[in-house]
Amino acid sequence: MTTVTVRIPTPLRSYTQGADEVRAQGATVAEAMQALGTAHDGLLSRILTPEGEPRQFVNIYLGSRNVRTLQGMATRVAEGDVISIVPAVAGGTP
Amino acid sequence: MLLMPEMLGESLNAFARQGYPHETCGLLLGVRRGDEHVVSRVHRARNLNVERAEDRYELDPADFLAADCEARAAGLDIVGIWHSHPDHPARPSATDRDGAWPEWSYLIVAVGREGVGEIRSWRLNGGDFEEETIKS
Repeated sequence: MTTVTVRIPTPLRSYTQGADEVRAQGATVAEAMQALGTAHDGLLSRILTPEGEPRQFVNIYLGSRNVRTLQGMATRVAEGDVISIVPAVAGGTP
Repeated sequence: MLLMPEMLGESLNAFARQGYPHETCGLLLGVRRGDEHVVSRVHRARNLNVERAEDRYELDPADFLAADCEARAAGLDIVGIWHSHPDHPARPSATDRDGAWPEWSYLIVAVGREGVGEIRSWRLNGGDFEEETIKS
């Protein structure tokens, strides 16, 4: 089984007991995310839609590439890969 | 509380002035010390919302990732977000609130034709923003 590192942004660390990165296993980004969700209750629903896709305000990167530009959640991962959960940051004037 | 050296505040002022009349945005890197955010670096990021750059910002996630990598390598953390409010007060809008995440400081720089006005910082508490003190 492939083990990857998942980097957790500050706003979501309350779900990982403060850890800024955690390990997860899976052959694809989707599998690694599911493993992450199993280990950290409540986290997955902040990241993925019920259909398993990244939520509107979340980007998932594999290394330096947004998985939306790869094969999406079906993108395969390799041992030691780093997955980053990147919150969308937006706002504006009134 | 947000602790930020005066020099970094001046960098943000310069970014906001350079970007005017468009919104500018970026990241605050530093450490968390209890409830305090101690800022030691500021980053400018691209605003992907080019169609409404005068009143909206959408921080480029690639710039976020680059800043996050730099922060981790330096033993720092992304402790907040900054953006400018062209021709508006440094008070968060409903749009800011809708897009906000907990735990971060949201620093807003008011900027107008005459230059930079006030700088204020806010954090989410429940569903609303609360102002926090800025000290240098």
